[in-house]
Amino acid sequence: MRYALLMNYREPGEGEISEEAIAEAMAAFGAYGRALAAAGVLVSGDVLQPTAATTTVTCREGGLRVQDGPFAETKEALAGIFVLDVADLDAAIGWAEKCPGAQWGVIEVRPSATALVNGEWTR
Amino acid sequence: MDALTTDDEDRPAAEAAGLAAAEAAGLAARDSYGRLLALLAASTGDIAAAEDALADAFERALRTWPERGTPANPDAWLLTVARNRLRDQWKSASAQRTVPLDNRQDSLTHTDDLDVDALPDRRLELMLVCAHPAIDPAAHTPLMLSTVLGFTAEQIGRAFSVPTATMATRLVRSKKRIKAARIPFRIPGADELPARMASVLEAVYGAYVIDWATTGPQARHLPPSEALHLAEVLTRCAPADPEAHGLAALVQLSASRAPARQDADGRFVPLADQDPSRWDADLIDRAHGHLRAAHARGRLGRFQLEAAIQAVHCARRRGGPTDWPTLLGLHRALHAIAPSLGSGVALAAVIAEVEGPAAGLAALNALLEEAGQRGRRFQPARATRAHLLARLGRTEEAVAAYDSALDLTHDRAERQYLQHRRDGVRRARGEARTG
Repeated sequence: MRYALLMNYREPGEGEISEEAIAEAMAAFGAYGRALAAAGVLVSGDVLQPTAATTTVTCREGGLRVQDGPFAETKEALAGIFVLDVADLDAAIGWAEKCPGAQWGVIEVRPSATALVNGEWTR
Repeated sequence: MDALTTDDEDRPAAEAAGLAAAEAAGLAARDSYGRLLALLAASTGDIAAAEDALADAFERALRTWPERGTPANPDAWLLTVARNRLRDQWKSASAQRTVPLDNRQDSLTHTDDLDVDALPDRRLELMLVCAHPAIDPAAHTPLMLSTVLGFTAEQIGRAFSVPTATMATRLVRSKKRIKAARIPFRIPGADELPARMASVLEAVYGAYVIDWATTGPQARHLPPSEALHLAEVLTRCAPADPEAHGLAALVQLSASRAPARQDADGRFVPLADQDPSRWDADLIDRAHGHLRAAHARGRLGRFQLEAAIQAVHCARRRGGPTDWPTLLGLHRALHAIAPSLGSGVALAAVIAEVEGPAAGLAALNALLEEAGQRGRRFQPARATRAHLLARLGRTEEAVAAYDSALDLTHDRAERQYLQHRRDGVRRARGEARTG
């Protein structure tokens, strides 16, 4: 079963986080990524750029609407996504507990409904 | 060539001696730090101001001692300078004028007359403040490491896998809260003390292990000597508390086996297969001293029982098999007074040793039924279940159980070990079929 671990946390301002803190977080994510890979459960991992770089696309109201900025202005924003392939929700929660982002944010664990694998939609 | 060889042979011993001396000096410095900070913070509850004043005193010591020589009583010197510094802050315009000076504690004293050892040790009050119910439990252990041992936010952050800035914010917030909410530096009354001490013990234990809900307790990335030191400080501040001694013994006994937990190739070695000669004999002896001190108090508790269990395992160092019946009694008592998923799984494993794997599996299944969701998400339960099924020859189920345990195993060495066991069961099944 594929699960997405969605990391949500407050976006830091420009220069709010020191170089050292960034280096530490990178080291923590490095170790986490190696553990995921070694366990053979990692499908993909992306840490996202700030919401300022977001473009929202919708055709909900007929016609294309491209909007500068995120879908909703909230205090905490989607910050990164790990897609894991693990046996069940318990295993996914186990990995979410150890995700460095859980230390300063919230991890949403969402099962995948369908996924593109090698260009084909799979279940 | 000869000289080189001799040199090389001597180096480890000399290095070990140097390290031991450095460690001793480091611990003494941490001891002074915690004692001085507790004294400085106790009267006002303002830990941050006390830290600043103490940092100033240390900085002045670094500047003046090399020229004028180290004072006869360095701690007294540091305390006096830090107190003067605090008084300067109070007098300054920016400080609140409503804080009364405590003349008894703050009168100018000639530093050589000030005997720090004669001053009360207020580190227990400090530890009680750090583990106060009004403080976020997640901050208890970091606060203790910061105030009692003087660790930096960076060092503590590393131990908790949290960036320095995040840890620093957490520490600052808690210290502000202590001051703002006026959490008192005092030993609570007898009716309140046991519960408050339990949080202190829990926080000290937290310096040694990190308790994951999914994978159970795991050692922290702190240099082990420093978690050990916090436990030792607590036994000195609360010598009459048998659980403090029990906790010190527990931490020492678990730490004593650290060198034997992985083999030369980094593979996980389970307790039963560990080479006892690789355990740290000195730590085991120190732990036994604490167990004797605890026993003399005649009040049993969770940490003493956990330490006693470790001590029975460590007795294998003297040769002879593990005393499983004694372990069963200890595990039963532990699960009765401090029931947890971990204690229940451990009890089931020991029942399997004494009464056979079928009895162990029955106990484990009963426990898991009761625990529901949480039990299913607990890696030690899955791993124990797999081992028991394998021993019962229920190979199909054992293989599936090993796979399910592996789903929740994040430690690389332990994954390799479980895979190895699973593959062993699989091979045996294959041979049974062909044979």
